[in-house]
Amino acid sequence: MSEKTTFTGHRGLELREDLIFEIGAHDRSGVDLAPLRGTPDRLGGIIREAVDLPGLAEPEAMRHYVRLSQKNHAIDMGLYPLGSCTMKHNPRLNEKMARLPGFADIHPLQPASTVQGALRLMDELAHWLKTLTGMPEVALSPKAGAHGELCGMMAIRAAIEARGEIERRTRVLVPESAHGTNPATAALLGFSVDGIPAGDDGRVDLEAFRDKLGDDVAAIMLTNPNTCGLFERDIIAIADAVHEAGGYFYCDGANFNAIVGRVRPGDLGIDAMHINLHKTFSTPHGGGGPGAGPTVLSERLAAFAPLPRVVAGKSGLELVEHGDQTEGRPFGRMVAFHGQMGMFVRALAYMMSHGADGLRQVADDAVLNANYILAELSGTMTSPYSGPCMHEALFDDTFLKDTGVETLDFAKAMIDEGYHPMTMYFPLVVHGAMLIEPTETESKASLDLFIATLRDLVASATAGDTERFTTAPQLAPTKRLDETRAARQPVLRYGSTEKKQVRAAE
Amino acid sequence: MRYLPLNDADRATMLERIGVENIDALFCDVPAEARLDGPVELPIHKSEMQVERDMQAMAGQNMTAGSAPFFCGAGAYRHHVPATVDHIIQRSEFLTSYTPYQPEITQGTLQYLFEFQSQVAELTGMEVANASMYDGSTAAGEAVLMAHRVTRRNHAVVSGRVHPQYVDVIANLSDMGGFGLTHIPPTVQGAEDLLSSVDENTSCVVVQNPDFFGSVNDYTELAEAVHARGALLVVVVTEAVSLGVLKTPGTMGADIVVGEGQSLGNGLNFGGPYVGLFAAREKFLRQMPGRLCGETVDADGKRGFVLTLSTREQHIRRDKATSNICTNSGLCSLAFSAHLSLLGGNGLQHLAWLNHEQAVDLAGRLGSIDGVKPINDTFFNEFTVELPQPADTVVEALAARGVLGGVPVSRLIPDGGFENYLLVAATETCAPEDMAAYAAALEEVLS
Amino acid sequence: MSAVKFTKDHEWVSLDGDTATVGITAYAQEQLGDVVFVEMPEAGKTVSQGDEAGVVESVKAASEVYAPVSGEVVEANPELEDNPALVNQDPLAGGWFFRLRLSNAGELDGLMDEAAYKAYIEELD
Repeated sequence: MSEKTTFTGHRGLELREDLIFEIGAHDRSGVDLAPLRGTPDRLGGIIREAVDLPGLAEPEAMRHYVRLSQKNHAIDMGLYPLGSCTMKHNPRLNEKMARLPGFADIHPLQPASTVQGALRLMDELAHWLKTLTGMPEVALSPKAGAHGELCGMMAIRAAIEARGEIERRTRVLVPESAHGTNPATAALLGFSVDGIPAGDDGRVDLEAFRDKLGDDVAAIMLTNPNTCGLFERDIIAIADAVHEAGGYFYCDGANFNAIVGRVRPGDLGIDAMHINLHKTFSTPHGGGGPGAGPTVLSERLAAFAPLPRVVAGKSGLELVEHGDQTEGRPFGRMVAFHGQMGMFVRALAYMMSHGADGLRQVADDAVLNANYILAELSGTMTSPYSGPCMHEALFDDTFLKDTGVETLDFAKAMIDEGYHPMTMYFPLVVHGAMLIEPTETESKASLDLFIATLRDLVASATAGDTERFTTAPQLAPTKRLDETRAARQPVLRYGSTEKKQVRAAE
Repeated sequence: MRYLPLNDADRATMLERIGVENIDALFCDVPAEARLDGPVELPIHKSEMQVERDMQAMAGQNMTAGSAPFFCGAGAYRHHVPATVDHIIQRSEFLTSYTPYQPEITQGTLQYLFEFQSQVAELTGMEVANASMYDGSTAAGEAVLMAHRVTRRNHAVVSGRVHPQYVDVIANLSDMGGFGLTHIPPTVQGAEDLLSSVDENTSCVVVQNPDFFGSVNDYTELAEAVHARGALLVVVVTEAVSLGVLKTPGTMGADIVVGEGQSLGNGLNFGGPYVGLFAAREKFLRQMPGRLCGETVDADGKRGFVLTLSTREQHIRRDKATSNICTNSGLCSLAFSAHLSLLGGNGLQHLAWLNHEQAVDLAGRLGSIDGVKPINDTFFNEFTVELPQPADTVVEALAARGVLGGVPVSRLIPDGGFENYLLVAATETCAPEDMAAYAAALEEVLS
Repeated sequence: MSAVKFTKDHEWVSLDGDTATVGITAYAQEQLGDVVFVEMPEAGKTVSQGDEAGVVESVKAASEVYAPVSGEVVEANPELEDNPALVNQDPLAGGWFFRLRLSNAGELDGLMDEAAYKAYIEELD
């Protein structure tokens, strides 16, 4: 296949861009600074050599980053159907509010009397989160979902330790379909991880689960709706069973978008649940963060919530920052300062915009959109489970059998059609899994085009047009990248001296 | 509602296609006793205009750093961020993009991560850096866990001059993970004896530079001694701008360097979102937590970037992962990198010297006030002063006079006799009139 | 050369005197994909049958390598550090992982021979 080559390497509006190290110079700069006075220093002679980093003038810097940005797909450009990521529209009001100097230009350790508005916002956010989840307490400080998981599990560990049972309760039950952060979190805290099998309906096998219980169980970590996009019907029975065994119930709240405003996790018997503000509550994904993972806690765990806490004091709101300033028994501190204030502002702006009525509609439309996709593709693609899904639709690769096209190839062909692929190969319990979460911010027209595109791709695959898939993507800024080479000969910085010999056999 | 594209006609059509009566049918798996009949008890939806009004009111109740002479530090610093940076991070393709798991359509993110890693490695004087952690404190916690893995030992020795909240984070992780910790009691000045606490169970010694009280230290000798005992040296940097002028932790012999990158590209934001820097020796690469971006080629031989060495991470290794971290600090690391690209090496060095000159100036002014005693022999842009009265009441009194005069040490170390100590920071954003106003107000408060 | 034996976890072990050489099978390397890193036990380490002895990593997966028999590790394959691709190219010979001094020859009897292993993997697919 021939492709037009150009002198510059640019291709029309698709501009190639070098590294700053190849463009800039250490004596060039896009920042004007006041001149130095030459004051005698107080550095004790502990001074470095020159900083060998490139600088760019402002116009160059702007071009560099604008060109880089053009190589990214984004929600603002098109449907981003990643399962369990909840790639919903990121409202710009959030950005405007977060940048108000009254929120952005305040220091975390200013006297509380000078930041009552900030403390009020944190308190207000806490109120919304507690009301939506039906839980009495919330820890705002975790910096991301996985950090929130750690928070919830730490609270559980602290509660068990307070009962004097920490030597005995060493086992945590986790479904095989769980997100990898769940077992990783449990292991970090010294627990052993025991898998809970799923039934044929894709949900926890209640009897098998009951068999696994014992007085050495510390907790169960469950995602609900689960990673197959299904609501765990037996969740109340599961909660009762684990409580009876003396354990605790951690719920991974990544999929809260399916039930927000419709179901309160507190009514299901959970003890701790993290909420991904960058999923359910629309704060931007930013290419990999920053996120925020406030964690709601039940009555059993409330006393152990970490520091800091916002409380009503004598003359306004205060921050409790030390264990002896409270009657509770905080398990400690998870992070310096108070948490992701910038994300609190964004999430609250979103919550206030939707309101209680709107948030319920969010869950309704999210579930509706996913079921629409599931229904429309049921004749074309194959799914391992029957019945309606929640906010995400799961397919397996049975429909690709004998076509010579794998899930990976199918996903790469979607790129040429202008889509970011759905989540692939997760959850692990389904072969060649494809997990699609459209979210509520997709229009029907957008869904219809997506559905038609998948139908077209399936038709191609079954008709034997494997090249459309195995050579994909053809139209992206790069073709498929050699990940083996990246792992065998890691080059992790510019000017790396560890360039290993390329093996001819590769 | 402005964020919801579906209308009732759409909904009806879709329900029909699915083959159910109404939307409730799709929630059939929810136990009846847990179904909410109507919206929860919270305010109903609001227009943009209404939300803006409510939030402006909340914002208006805060005294901003820009509205007053401002001298707070203690791990978060006010620097001038060029307008370009905020514009860059608001580009749709950066703001609303996801983790670059599909590298062909996220080369923008991957390239800036590669640049960020390279910058962090150079700044810290280390061989390799990751694509960011949540913040400096959690990075410090992860560094200690990494040291335990690398040395196969289980006890950390932490200097009393590491940021107290960072120590709390390390302590919490140690407690919960079943590891040991020796925290040397904090002292403002003088030699600190760390080595007596180092034994054959010690995986690492953790120090900070400049330290929590502001002093600049050369840890080269300490590094040698720590290595001789089979342990690693972890250096914490809470003020990234200091790396523009101070001897690098790498040159001193650090094995792992962690830091807070907030100073570059990221505003104060009342404590977050910030960006954790994490760098280490290449031989420890496989034990590093967090994401790593690597250079490679595509099927046409064209240079490209991918996330790599993922088998350390939770989505593959699960319970054997080096960390449970998933989301990191993407946009904040872009802001850091863009700011640093605008500054350039010489620019950062210049900025660092400016900061230092400001602090030297301020220390002189404050030191000439009766009863006020700057303690440090060396410092970068922050130092400790001893006051004749408790610093927290002084700071409140200053605030009442419209001056944000620093952070009382007792806020972070409530016991141990630090009530009269105040941490004062001065950056390039302080004008001479700010310093004059501060000195005048302080003199008044103390009289 | 004595007969090679196989485990259910797709390791092979071949005996020479009382030294057992261990690697992973062609089937295993194919499942893993391109091997990028191999972590092996240190010489002198004692392992029991079934113990986790090392890890083999590809781009998308990491798998434990278990000791098929008990013994003391004599050496790990030095070639694999710089050239993990050997595991894919030559899994049954050049891509060997480590050598053990056998402590209990009887353990080999419980393992599958080539024919049994072939039948086993056919059933898996």
